[in-house]
This record gives sequence, C-alpha cells and structure tokens, in this order.
Amino acid sequence: MSDIVLKTENLTKRYGGVHALEGANFELRKGEHVAIMGDNGAGKSTFVRQITAVEQRTSGQIWFDGKEVNFAGPIEARTAGIETVFQNLALADDLDVPSNLFLGREKVLFNLGPFSILDRKYMRKATEAALVRTAVKIPNLSNTIRHMSGGQRQCVAIARTATFASKLIIMDEPTAALGVQETAQVENIIRTLKDNGEPLILISHNMRQVFDLCDRIVVFRRGRIVANLRKENTDGQDIVSYITGAKTGEAELAA
Amino acid sequence: MAQTSHGVGGLTYDAKKRAWPAEFNVFLALVILVVIFELIGRIFLGDSFLFNTRSDVSGIFNEARLQIIILQVSIVGIIAIGVTQVIICGGIDLSSGSIVGATAMIAMSFAQVATVNGNPNPKAMFLAQGWTDLPVIVPLLVAIGCGLLAGLVNGSLIAYTRIPPFIATLGMMVTARGIAKWWSKGQPISFPTDSFAAIGKGLMPVIIFLSLAVLFQLIMSYTRYGKHCYAIGSNEDAARMSGIKIANHKILVYVIAGILASLAAVVLSSKNLTAQAGMGVMYELDAIAMAVIGGVSLSGGRGSIIGTVIGSLIFGVIISGFTFLRLDAYYQEMVKGVIIVGAVVLDQWRQRLRALRA
Repeated sequence: MSDIVLKTENLTKRYGGVHALEGANFELRKGEHVAIMGDNGAGKSTFVRQITAVEQRTSGQIWFDGKEVNFAGPIEARTAGIETVFQNLALADDLDVPSNLFLGREKVLFNLGPFSILDRKYMRKATEAALVRTAVKIPNLSNTIRHMSGGQRQCVAIARTATFASKLIIMDEPTAALGVQETAQVENIIRTLKDNGEPLILISHNMRQVFDLCDRIVVFRRGRIVANLRKENTDGQDIVSYITGAKTGEAELAA
Repeated sequence: MAQTSHGVGGLTYDAKKRAWPAEFNVFLALVILVVIFELIGRIFLGDSFLFNTRSDVSGIFNEARLQIIILQVSIVGIIAIGVTQVIICGGIDLSSGSIVGATAMIAMSFAQVATVNGNPNPKAMFLAQGWTDLPVIVPLLVAIGCGLLAGLVNGSLIAYTRIPPFIATLGMMVTARGIAKWWSKGQPISFPTDSFAAIGKGLMPVIIFLSLAVLFQLIMSYTRYGKHCYAIGSNEDAARMSGIKIANHKILVYVIAGILASLAAVVLSSKNLTAQAGMGVMYELDAIAMAVIGGVSLSGGRGSIIGTVIGSLIFGVIISGFTFLRLDAYYQEMVKGVIIVGAVVLDQWRQRLRALRA
C-alpha cells in the first residue's frame, strides 16, 4: 500500500454540538485526481481544513506520505508538501508574481535575519520554470496581482503550488468566480498537473468539470461520506441523488 | 484576455499592461509646482524662484534657496521614512512628533556640558551626578533606546491586543508628550557638548536624511523585511497563511519608526542647541502628509521611500515658494491641508481608473 499519498480514518470534527464531519475514511493514491462534491454545509471544506490543519480535528487519524501526521498548523502541512489553493486566493495584491509565489519562503542571498537580501534572480527564474510546468500564461511577471484578471490570479495561485516540490494539491472551488474562457484556462492547468502525475483533491460544484478532470468522486452529505465512486461506474444523475439524499448508504468503490 | 498568445510559460510581454511607476507622477507634480512658482515669480515679481539672479553670487541656480528647501524638510523627512514603512505595512503612527519631544529632552540631558562661561551649567539635568561632558555616543544610545522603547510599546499593543494602530499610537502621542513636559518640569534643556552639536550642524541634517532614505529604499525593495511589509499591507490574511509571523513583523516596523523619530530628535535638538518639551508638535502629521503626497497609499501595500522623499521636496518647495512670493505663513498651512486631501483624492481616482482598465 505504498502508493497511498493520503489516508484518513474516522476523521471527525465537531463545533460544540454541531457534527460538521463524522468518521470520514478517505484514501488518495499517487497521481490520482479526486473530486469532492456535496451541498453547501455538507462538510467538504471542513474535511479539507482538517487535512491542511487550518483547524484541529476532534478525533481520527491522518496518514500522509506513508507516515501518520499531526500538523500543528497550515504552515507545517505546507512544509510537509500539502499545497492548498484557497477559495479566497491568499495572494498579496500589491506584489508581483515571483514575490507572491515565494511569499513567506523567500530565497535569500545572505541571511541577515529579517534584513536578509533576497535572491530576486533565482526567484524570477524559478517562477518562470513553475509557469512553464503548469502552462500558465501571465503577460508580465513584474506586474502586481492587482492588475490581473480573476483567471490570471487563479493561475498564479495554482502556479504557486507547483513552485515547490508539493506532494498533494488541494483546490477549493478554483473556478467558482471565473468566466467561461478563464475556467478553461484553469482546467487546462489541472490537466497538466494530471499529466505530471501530481495528485489532486478538487472541491467543485461543477458536474461537467468533475467528470472531465477527475478519476474518482467522493460525495459528502451532512458531514458524512455517502459515496465513493469511480467516474466510469457512475453518472451525473447518480451523483445528484447522493448529494440530495435520494440515494443513501455508502456506495463502495467497485474495484 | 488579450494575452493568450502561445509562448513559453508566461513570458509573453504586453507593454500595454505595464504599470506606470507612481513615483513618476509625484516627480511630475514636483516639476510642475516649481514651474508654477517660477512663472509667478517672473511675471509678478520679476525674480526667479529656481535660478540665480544676483550678480554677486556665482552659479546657475539659486543655491541658497535649494539648500533651504531640503534643509527645512530633512528632519521631518527622517520621521517620514519611518512613517512610510509603517503605512506600507497597513498601519499608521501618530506618536512620532511626541517621541521627538520626549527623546530630545531625555537625550539632551546626557549631552550637556559641565561649565558655561566658567560657571556651572545652570541648565544641566545631571550636574550633581557628574553626568556631564559625556562622549556623544551616550546621548545617541539613550535616544535610540527611547525610540526603541516607544516603538516596542506601540508595536506590542497593536500586535497583541489587536487595537487599531490609530488608537495605540494616539495613546503614545499623548503619553510621550506628557513625558517630555514632566522630564524637566517644562524647562528647556540647553548647552550641549560640541560633539553633540556637530550632529545637526550645517547641511548634516540633509546628509543624514538622504543616507537614511537610500538605506531604507534598499531595505524596502531588496530584503525579506521590505517584501513582508508590502505583503502584510496589501493582504494580511494572505501573509498569515503564507507563514509570515505578523506580530513579530509589526513590532519591528513600529520599533524602526520609533528609532527614526528618535534620530530626528537628536538632529533637531543638536541643530537648535536646545531641547524643549514642545518640540516636534504636528511633525507626525507633516510626516504622514509627505508620505501621502509621495504616493504612499493609506490603505497599505503601495508606495516607496523614493516617493516620500519627493513628497517631502514638494512640501519644501511649497513652503519656500510661499516665502518667495512673500505670502503669510497662515496661507502655507491652509494650502498644506488642501494639498494633503488633494493627493489622497487623486490617488483614489487613479486607482479607480486602473481598476476599470484591468
């Protein structure tokens, strides 16, 4: 079972009496793209927040990259190789592309504490390489994020995950706020990631997108995983009935 | 989406998308202002603002005027450097003027001579303790200590109690002014040593101001510290999620602002050869005005030290220009107010225009 990148067992999160996430068992293999679907408040984002340690879980275990992990915070999770593209992007509007990609982990020439001199040449080169790898097109690297369209911003956010040797990428509704053309651009990047064998968890409400981009679909409903289906063995109708609760019970993966 | 031409990664260059540096506009404003004063001078007074018109002095430019322009803004300019990095980081510092007052009083007490004209110095604070005629490093370190302490209090309040910077530094503004008055019960402190007096002599304030400006321009654009200032100012949540230690950084930002204010106090008290409790009143607002005129955005994330330096020159040109036109000092203050508000309004218009084009 060495090809399992991420595994959770009985992952549970309660906010007081609210059971936001209840006994989630989840597996992700190398190179696999998995979609997480479900209604608003079904527990999708809560699930992701436990994995990335933005919140601390109530109970349950997480294995990542072959080891059981207990991240103290999102920084630790990121250092371990879990990169998240947040719904609210988490980019600094007034910085240019390389600065955003390297934000918080700048490469320095001389280490002088806070006054360390930045290695701007290296960061620019690495940024160019990351953009090539993800096939992201940005008109001018020196432009600030403020001057970019929503799609370009999203692309920068995704390219950031590819700058560092990430082992797992999580995207939370990456195309929710984008137009048709920009959505296509982001989806192309996700396909590039697939070709490179990078595992991905994609939270999305877009059925077409999920069937286009992912191998497997996991449906959340009322804090529980109610379905875990291979794309070939299901269809949109089926998924919708799980999301709405017309079909119940955990649908096991047909091997 | 005009940029979807094919190429390697994101390396297609679109000149139309290139951002115009904000400092250029500020510099243009400075030039226009000088031209306006020059024209008014030529037409109504028959005199030149910028050029030398006297036959008994050599040189093309009116060097005396140019020196005054920069000399009168350099002390507030030192404060403005600190204030600029605070504003870029998304904060504000209202305490710098009062820090100047308190630091000037305290530091000057350690820079006094023992005897004046053969008699014991009547103004010496620490005559009984024998702390007179100390080497210049002592008052300098005392001053830096004062600024550091004030900045530490400001920064810690803002970082840990999460009260708005406006309130925290307003508290420091009132408290530090109180300390300045309490220190010598309102008495001025005078008669500094020669070495202390040398710090603010002649054009020294200008040299200190410009060297600090160069140093901080480099820090803001080439170091991790500068990068994080801009990051926190433009999106604090993003900076936090990227692993930047926001609290530590903010404390450092206010400490540096405090130290720069205390250096301004040293230069000012050295130049005036005396320290008074009322020193530096309104300096904080002048410093903020210089930054804002220089294109530093009050909402954080945008601006530069170069911009602030040009902003301070605009300030100096206005004051000298009014003197040159023989207008009352009252008008200077009125116009200063208009220019500050005008600069912010212009900046917002420019931002909105850019947002529409994007």
